Amino acid sequence: MTEAMILVDIGSTFTKVTAVNTRERSILSQSLAPTTPTDVSVGLQNALDQLELTSGALQEARVLACSSAAGGLRMVAIGLVEDLTAKAAKLAALGAGARVLKTYSFQLTEADRAEIIELDPDIILLAGGTDGGNSENILHNAKVLASLPKAVPIVIAGNRSVAQEVARTFPESFSTYISANVMPTIGKLQVEPARESIRKVFMEKITYAKGLNRASRLIDSIFMPTPAAVLRAGQLLSEGTAVTKGWGDILIVDVGGATTDVHSLGVGLPTKAGVVVRGLPEPFAKRTVEGDLGVRVSVLSLTEAVDARVLAQDTGWTVEQVESRVQALHKDPETLPQNPEEERFDQILGYHAIKLGVGRHVGRLSELYTPSGLVWIQDGKDLSKVSKVIGTGGVLINSRDPLMMLEGAGQESLALELRPENPSYFLDGGYILASMGLLAQEQPEAALTILQKSLSERELIRRDI
Amino acid sequence: MEAKTLVLGVIGSDVHAVGNKILEISLKEAGFSVVNLGVLVSQKEFVEAALETNADAIMVSSLYGHGEIDVRGLREALIEAGIGDTLMYIGGYLVVGSQEWTEVEAKFKNLGFDRVYPPSTLPEDFIPTLKEDLGM
Ligand code: B12
Repeated sequence: MTEAMILVDIGSTFTKVTAVNTRERSILSQSLAPTTPTDVSVGLQNALDQLELTSGALQEARVLACSSAAGGLRMVAIGLVEDLTAKAAKLAALGAGARVLKTYSFQLTEADRAEIIELDPDIILLAGGTDGGNSENILHNAKVLASLPKAVPIVIAGNRSVAQEVARTFPESFSTYISANVMPTIGKLQVEPARESIRKVFMEKITYAKGLNRASRLIDSIFMPTPAAVLRAGQLLSEGTAVTKGWGDILIVDVGGATTDVHSLGVGLPTKAGVVVRGLPEPFAKRTVEGDLGVRVSVLSLTEAVDARVLAQDTGWTVEQVESRVQALHKDPETLPQNPEEERFDQILGYHAIKLGVGRHVGRLSELYTPSGLVWIQDGKDLSKVSKVIGTGGVLINSRDPLMMLEGAGQESLALELRPENPSYFLDGGYILASMGLLAQEQPEAALTILQKSLSERELIRRDI
Repeated sequence: MEAKTLVLGVIGSDVHAVGNKILEISLKEAGFSVVNLGVLVSQKEFVEAALETNADAIMVSSLYGHGEIDVRGLREALIEAGIGDTLMYIGGYLVVGSQEWTEVEAKFKNLGFDRVYPPSTLPEDFIPTLKEDLGM
């Protein structure tokens, strides 16, 4: 076996390739070519050709890949109670790297069925009922889904007592996958097995359906959604290996044109005395995606969430100027800033997207007055002691001042949010998070060394004071 | 036969945790499948937990004297959720001041509870009745 390995990230705009030497634990070379949507193997071959030029023969190297092309992995999550199994199903799908189009709770209606047909998901995650608990709901929902005109792969992760029966509800044309319950009992979240099943379906079915299999002659193994690879890299970086210590609790932020992704790695137990945790415990590796916070396609909803007046204040523009720029960005998402003011405007948008996105991701404290005095209730994860925040994705990496945007992660947007209080900031300037998440599957030690080195070299420090 | 499922919790802003722990242990020993929500449990949490677990009974505790207000509407919420026939017990310290027990019991039965227990009720005092009510 050779020591070289090639990691591929087929993004919606660019196909990025990184070649590493796993024994030396170093990056050999990197290349980039535009993604070719009709046949992704063309873009991939272009990127690989450039790699050959820069680092000689890599013929023997194994090639692993992830992809977010062709709309990424689009899913619908279904559970029984909104705050319980439906939430657990959504968390599982997000953790598997999916874009969750919609989450449904209780019994699916005729209207829901019509909407699901409209949404046309790649995979449906069907949960509901704890083990030995409610079975009626998931059986009802299975019947509704079984009548969909187009067969969709179904991952079943609900009440195990009826899992087989649920699977039998579907006609032959549907592929069904039975996984462990996302919530086996109240208060216990178990998302790993469902995530694994989703990844398996993605490899077996979705890559084919999206034409990504055309690239398969160039790729040896592992095909996962890019966000799943990023989460895997974060997990490795946080936990470390048996040999090398990890970085502990971290936060990864990716602001894009359409969405803002936030990944946290950490248990998130209360860090202050006298706090009681409420609600469903959240996973150690948690991912959230804010579909209304983005700097281009979603700029209208972002502006609505922030308030144009706040943007005006931050930029020194009038509200009218802000609104006309927002309209321009919305009309043509390819718009690039033409002068320093417009560039600063993009940064301010990114800053606010991160501020709000992190605010929604982290837990929150609320006060409860009891006869014996005040009690603090914590919902979600306490990430106030997270010491490292990492920025990734094109908008941050290509920005002249990524730190300014990333600092939004530490800025409270609502009172009592449990966001990082005093973190250090790092940039994934080498575009390697997803690649190292892939490498982590086979060579965790090498992946961790490369990650820690690359990020440490790119710590963002304010120099202007 | 499959174990019967009980949802347990101390309702409202009540933090008295000791009795709740004792109930959990003794009910598990008696062969029940116990889902303990702990202290500071809202009505919503009782209803949702009962729904997901297909609970056979809900065991509400209230110690701090505000039980009557906290449980108001719980039976109706269960009915709304489609599980209105779930057996409901309450115990703890429901008496405030010098009320007559019969009065207190009638009040809570009126609020939708199937059985109401006075302070210092021991597990062995009600477990046989519970089994009977659940047809065990
Ligand atoms: C310890 C204690 C506290 C501790 C609690 C510590 C903790 N985290 O658990 C602290 C200091 C925090 C506390 C605070 C308060 N307390 Co206090 N507390 C007690 C005390 C001394 C013991 C409670 C206990 O643990 N008992 C032991 C357990 C095993 O018994 P149990 O809880 O009753 O449960 C048993 C049975 O009742 C039954 N059971 C319980 N639930 C159910 C449910 C069902 C369905 C069934 C069938 C049976 C059942 O089974 C259990 C096992 O046998 C009692 C007095 C007493 N001696 O009971 C007062 C007492 C309960 N507290 C009282 C009061 C008023 C308060 C406060 C309001 C005082 C204040 N003003 O600050 C606050 C309220 C705080 C809050 N938000 O909840 C009053 C309540 C009066 C009332 N209801 O009218 C009591 C009775 C004291 C008194 N005589 O005045 N308290």
